[in-house]
Amino acid sequence: MYNIKGYLDACTVSEAIELLAQNPNLRIIAGGTDVLIKMQHGQFQEAELLSIRTLESMADIKKLEDGTMIIGALATFSQIFNDPIIQAEIPALAEAAVSMGGPQIRNIATIGGNICNGATSADSASTLFALNASLRLESKTGARLVPIREFYLGPGKVDLKPGEILTEFRVAPEDYRGFGGHYIKFAARKAMDIATLGVSVMCKVAAKTLTEVRIGLGVAGPTPLRCVEAEEFAKGQEISKDTLAQIGKLAVKSTNARTSWRASKEYREHLVEELVQRALKTAIVRAGGEELA
Amino acid sequence: MLKKISFTVNGKALSLEIDIRESLLEVLRTRLGFTGVKKGCGVGECGACTVLIDGTPIDSCIYLAVWAEGKSITTIEGVASKDGELSKVQQAFVEEGAIQCGFCTPGLVLTTTALAESGKEYTREELKRELSGHFCRCTGYNNILKAAEKSLKPEEHQCACGHHGEK
Repeated sequence: MYNIKGYLDACTVSEAIELLAQNPNLRIIAGGTDVLIKMQHGQFQEAELLSIRTLESMADIKKLEDGTMIIGALATFSQIFNDPIIQAEIPALAEAAVSMGGPQIRNIATIGGNICNGATSADSASTLFALNASLRLESKTGARLVPIREFYLGPGKVDLKPGEILTEFRVAPEDYRGFGGHYIKFAARKAMDIATLGVSVMCKVAAKTLTEVRIGLGVAGPTPLRCVEAEEFAKGQEISKDTLAQIGKLAVKSTNARTSWRASKEYREHLVEELVQRALKTAIVRAGGEELA
Repeated sequence: MLKKISFTVNGKALSLEIDIRESLLEVLRTRLGFTGVKKGCGVGECGACTVLIDGTPIDSCIYLAVWAEGKSITTIEGVASKDGELSKVQQAFVEEGAIQCGFCTPGLVLTTTALAESGKEYTREELKRELSGHFCRCTGYNNILKAAEKSLKPEEHQCACGHHGEK
């Protein structure tokens, strides 16, 4: 049995917000694949849970008329992987979604929980970073939109204020249209594993030139991050093996990897340099560029 | 804290008071006696506790019993027909020798059943991916994969001349 002291089910977003305002100690639970496992491991004892899992309005994936992609915080990883809009418009996010956990976990785990959990290894995070996704956070005092790069404060720490609920992710059309992307998860096993490194690259090409490159990394630092220096360098560069090699080297400069039992800092840095190039190679082809031999 | 929930298990409608602290695994095993639902790791890694919830494979150890309200649940006890005839998936597992100690078998049969019922076609690589949430520590996975492939194949019949052909 779980060490749960109280359990409430919210039927609407406004009810959830009201309940949270009344009792800020409530711990939000959706898919439960992080919260319940942490409880099994001794955290969050005597939890008072607020379940938001039945708020269907928060599970939608849709494209607005202006092209903005809306991904509900309660969308599951299976749902994202199988969604025709995501597959057509942001295939790198579908790749990231299907790399997470195993099928039973993907059937229930939500993208909102993946991000609010605050882990640097979150498989959806590096792609959402590369997409400049923003998060809609609702509370009794209103709603605010926060860029995902500002949402992560530290390991396991996100800018979710007491009383707030993450309701959806937004990706603006200029942040995915015309881009080719690719996500590589590097792990010891092909399934049911935590990433040793996660690399998500988005790029735009025009006539053998990189016009824009975005590199999102997971597990390369205490939070997911972007490789700003490498991105700046890449802009306007001719596509060549040499350019890619330089981008790979520069990407390492933005990282702050650590040594853990999974991998040493040096190994992770090597992975960054190599996998950024591999991901970019595929992304270039998907963006309409020629394949590098 | 107790809460009354109504749900269906293997086609039978049930209503019972559960403790909000209970996992679906605990309710199915200890309250309802469906011991075919195995407890392995308890943290959603091994897949032994997999059941189908509205046809979707879920790890019941990390699924609160209160969430089962209104759901239709299938355990391994509900897969064979009432007179004991094995399902096509179960038969394939027997024929391919995809069973050794049997602890992972209920979960694997249920996930394979969901794949078979989806009506989709899967490549071998996709099947491996779809079965990757189940740990087997004795048979190795080859026979399991063969059984899954057999389960998803359209039915064949053998005629007197020995040729195989689809029905």
